[in-house]
Amino acid sequence: MRIDLSPRTNRSPLMDGLAPILAFVVAVAIGGIVVAAMGRSPAAAFVTYFVTPLSEVWSLQEVALKAAPLALIAIGLAFCFRANVWNIGAEGQFVVGGLFGGWIAVATHGAEGNTLWVLPLMLAVGTLAGIAYALIPALLKVWLGVSEILTSLMLVYVAELLLDYMARGPLRDPAGYNFPQSVTFDDAARLPYLMEGDTLHAGVLIALAAVIVAAIVLARTLFGFEVRVVGASPRAARFAGFSDVRLTLAVFAVSGGAAGLAGIAEVAGKIGQLQPSISPGYGFTAIIVAFLGRLSPVGILVAALVIALTTIGGEGAQIDLKLPLDLTRAFQGLLLALVLGADALSRYRVRFVPGTAT
Amino acid sequence: MGMIKGVAVAVALALGLGAAQAQEKLAGKLKVGFIYVGPVADFGYSFQHDQSRKALLAAMPDKVETSFLENVPEADSERSIESLARSGHQLIFTTSFGFMEPTLKVAKKFPKVKFEHATGYKRSANVSTYSARFYEGRYICGEIAGRLSKTGTVGYIASFPIPEVVSGINAFMLGAQSVNPNIKLKIVWVNTWFDPGKEAEAAKALLAQGADILSQHTDSAAPLQEAEKQGKFAFGQSSDQMRFAPKAQLTSIVDDWDGYVIGEAKAVLDGTWKSHDTWGGIKEGMVVLAPFANMPDDVKAKAEASKKAIADGTLHPFKGPVLKQDGSVAVKEGETAPDPMILGMNWYVKGIDDKLPN
Repeated sequence: MRIDLSPRTNRSPLMDGLAPILAFVVAVAIGGIVVAAMGRSPAAAFVTYFVTPLSEVWSLQEVALKAAPLALIAIGLAFCFRANVWNIGAEGQFVVGGLFGGWIAVATHGAEGNTLWVLPLMLAVGTLAGIAYALIPALLKVWLGVSEILTSLMLVYVAELLLDYMARGPLRDPAGYNFPQSVTFDDAARLPYLMEGDTLHAGVLIALAAVIVAAIVLARTLFGFEVRVVGASPRAARFAGFSDVRLTLAVFAVSGGAAGLAGIAEVAGKIGQLQPSISPGYGFTAIIVAFLGRLSPVGILVAALVIALTTIGGEGAQIDLKLPLDLTRAFQGLLLALVLGADALSRYRVRFVPGTAT
Repeated sequence: MGMIKGVAVAVALALGLGAAQAQEKLAGKLKVGFIYVGPVADFGYSFQHDQSRKALLAAMPDKVETSFLENVPEADSERSIESLARSGHQLIFTTSFGFMEPTLKVAKKFPKVKFEHATGYKRSANVSTYSARFYEGRYICGEIAGRLSKTGTVGYIASFPIPEVVSGINAFMLGAQSVNPNIKLKIVWVNTWFDPGKEAEAAKALLAQGADILSQHTDSAAPLQEAEKQGKFAFGQSSDQMRFAPKAQLTSIVDDWDGYVIGEAKAVLDGTWKSHDTWGGIKEGMVVLAPFANMPDDVKAKAEASKKAIADGTLHPFKGPVLKQDGSVAVKEGETAPDPMILGMNWYVKGIDDKLPN
């Protein structure tokens, strides 16, 4: 027997909208059973995961903070993935953005006089570093036909080791007993906080702006049209005179820039210094976020918030219910699998065809 | 409509439950939180810290209640620390160096909560620091290695060139030289705290270069297992790793935080807690040597004697004259190295044939 997926001809918008919600409900139900099997109250777990983080001003800010880099990176990746270009190395572009942007902060540490230019320069340098780093796999693909999946992924490790070296070596705080971290940045090199309590910083505004700009670019500009056409039908795009080469470079630059900007926003916002490691895997999680959000800017924003929420709820579950971290990770995986599955079912009709697979 | 009703019921239930939880928080037990950088099952550093959490629970089951968050990335730790502070924990142990800045920042926001940061050097009114004089144990290991090595070459697997590791190497070498002035030390830097694969590779390389005893400043049992396989000897790290290498482990430098953690919790309960810096060694019971094994009785007896001498202060690993690699005097005859020198150590003692990575 073989399973056949044929596109649905009459897709209902209602089903499209309901599919992820349904998947979420099923995931919660399965999670509840597991929690009950572990001897805890599923209701309490539900509250800890999904209600408590949304019921306090502080945790709401934390959800936004966690979602911001994910959304920003995923928005950039959406351009790549829509154009059938596979940048898997956003993590590396994030790290390079943080490193080179942060370098400015270290170099200007203790500077006197007018320092208003420091932060904008950091953001610009971080973005450009991300772009430059993303162009390496793009150029290798265009010139030599090397798979960008491999090169962009491998360059992640290069970036991580470079940051590791810089934080332990040249950029190390000279007064820090040889410990591997830079000086803490001056206020002029930090993104300003938006609310009392010094949690939410201006990085979330950058992410929000990126969502809006990306939505407009994709829907209303020639470049956005090009991205969509090339992704949907490369042959048609070639007939229309769109250049593969130019587009590959452009989408890599967009995603690299977004990841680099997210990197420097994280360093100048939350961390406030350079450390051997600055990312808990945002660049990789963003790939999932991009697909969860169906490669649409608004969808990505929602997906980033959901991932952020479960991460923070999972921490609460470790504290309040003594549920292990592994359960949170398993639950996140389950949620993703179910959402993607539900999505496929709403788009395709599944038929079981008798006979052997071909 | 039925679904909406269901959701409403769930939310109402949730709010009720939330209130019940809030009441529980007032029940009067001291809540103590722990943040670990690794998994509690690493059988090294985080495992050993979690042992102290369990010891605390066992010591005062009616007075304390504990929570922990494991695998917390250092660059993303501020939120985790703050969640513990917000969920009513009044004493919080942040157990890795990289948690230093986030701990200080959260501590500023929660002046009534007491924080304990391991291995850092910045304190504030409600942030204490604590660490152990591991170099004392290393000196004794060095003596044992000097007595037992047949090839006259000892291998050392080092993590990062921070003062704690460098002072450990120096103390080990001084101990070895005290019984065999011609001893050779080969060092491999693996740039990780925990990576069984890399550690095993380093162990193989060192054994191939003629080392017949291994020492390590990394957390996995892989080097011990490699020594066991090849019929050589090794020293364990962080916890007693005898079960992994019953024929190879000579002793292990065990971090014993039990007494410290229990003492600090008592101080908070009694209202006598004050910010302070603790740097305890063999005398204070923070550095414990696992039972001496796989060595002749006279070597064992001498090791016991050194342990006693260090505890009562008659033996100091860095007793002058201590010469640096280039022959210049670091500690004069008749003096001992002052604590700040050991805490900031970034040079090798004479006789080490290796260049300190920078």
